[in-house]
Amino acid sequence: MAGLFNMNRNGVAYVVTVAVGVCLVCSVLVSAAAVYLKPLQTQNAKADRRQNILAVAELGGPGVDVNAVFEERIEARVVNLETGEYVPDLEATNFDQREAAKDPSTSTKIPPSDDPAGIKRRANHAEVYLVRDDQGEIETLVLPIHGYGLWSQMYGFIALAPDGETVKGINYFEQGETPGLGAEITNPKWQQVWEGKKIYDENGEVQLRVIKGNVGSDTPDAEHKVDGLSGATLTSRGVSGTIEYWFGPRGFKPFLRNITDGQIGKG
Amino acid sequence: MSNQAVKVVTDPLFNNNPIALQILGICSALAVTTQLATSLLMCLALTSVLACSNAAISMIRNQIPSSIRIIVQMTIIASLVIVVDQVMKAFAYDLAKQLSVFVGLIITNCIVMGRAEAFAMKEPPGMSFLDGIGNGLGYSLILIVVGSIRELFGSGSLLGYQILPLVSQGGWYEPLGLMLLPPSAFFIIGFFIWALRSWKTDQVEHADYQIHQVHRTEVV
Repeated sequence: MAGLFNMNRNGVAYVVTVAVGVCLVCSVLVSAAAVYLKPLQTQNAKADRRQNILAVAELGGPGVDVNAVFEERIEARVVNLETGEYVPDLEATNFDQREAAKDPSTSTKIPPSDDPAGIKRRANHAEVYLVRDDQGEIETLVLPIHGYGLWSQMYGFIALAPDGETVKGINYFEQGETPGLGAEITNPKWQQVWEGKKIYDENGEVQLRVIKGNVGSDTPDAEHKVDGLSGATLTSRGVSGTIEYWFGPRGFKPFLRNITDGQIGKG
Repeated sequence: MSNQAVKVVTDPLFNNNPIALQILGICSALAVTTQLATSLLMCLALTSVLACSNAAISMIRNQIPSSIRIIVQMTIIASLVIVVDQVMKAFAYDLAKQLSVFVGLIITNCIVMGRAEAFAMKEPPGMSFLDGIGNGLGYSLILIVVGSIRELFGSGSLLGYQILPLVSQGGWYEPLGLMLLPPSAFFIIGFFIWALRSWKTDQVEHADYQIHQVHRTEVV
């Protein structure tokens, strides 16, 4: 240190020494904070995800012990999206769909023409959550969905009845749309209008979409239409695209077909 | 506390408010004030970054070569912001998620750099720390006022507790949609500055020019 104080204050050596010193101290501080707080942060993120799953399955609410209810009522499984079958060797609690979608060995590139949701890459596997009733029959299916809105990837969950097409609930837990306009996708009132809507038409095509304006009692085909968000056309379009993709043949359709055919429901 | 210390902490509240008088830090004041809870968390984040960065910069103020002083200040501020962001993600996850990018943007908040340059580079660490607290409180004052007004009239609630029953939930209050959008904060800050300058008239800025009164006789 004595050498440092004797250096020429405007010399290059002194400037470099101070710069390196400041950087070292700062980087130690930042890394210490990141490493030390990491376990708490992952725990928070996990609890947040669980809370959203419970909320969309209508098991949540104020004062509920998220982890206890989740462990008791929810069965997490990993599904191969291609075949629609459960994957035995990937434990759902350790599988991270978002990480998997980044890795070329565990994901598939989606050509732009087949990508209404704007997600570019899709993980080969997806996590699904099953809620069973007392007899062990499936009561609710919770599926993760995501797609691009106006500004951001919108991540959410959708809950379906065991018929694999009736919506029981939807929520978005991570999005960066315009507050007050597109971000209204997180508004519980708007999410309520999804209840009872049907995803597929009689030919098994995805028909559910967000329309412009409101769905009235006299709107034809109302069970396939959801009220648009005023002032958020592109966000609404993103939500429609998300549904179209995730319930299409490249999304959860093979899995849902297996469920409704009773092939893997008991598993 | 000595008189000077009290003055350093309380001056930025009304006499030299960083937002109302110096018009700094407007960006985050517009962005995070739709709810009181996010405003409060932002105040806490900014005040702690400001106080710590002032103290840290002041401690090494005599060692910083003037040719790289801005970048050294930036490095210190940026590191503190990352630490604060990490702490918030660990202890206030839901609110931190709502604040998202705005915590990171504290780095570019002019108040932090401004205080580092104007105060911490000249004064001892203790005083600089207090100056950071004072200016943080000045910033917080505006954010709390704006956040309360916007949440009360925009969503009829305060800190999430419903105060004005909304029409959509069977009440009588039709929320003011404008309050949820950033421009409303401009109006509220404007009114705040107006009120403040009516009270403390020495803050009124004098016009840079004066319109010359032309009398008819002069023209003729």
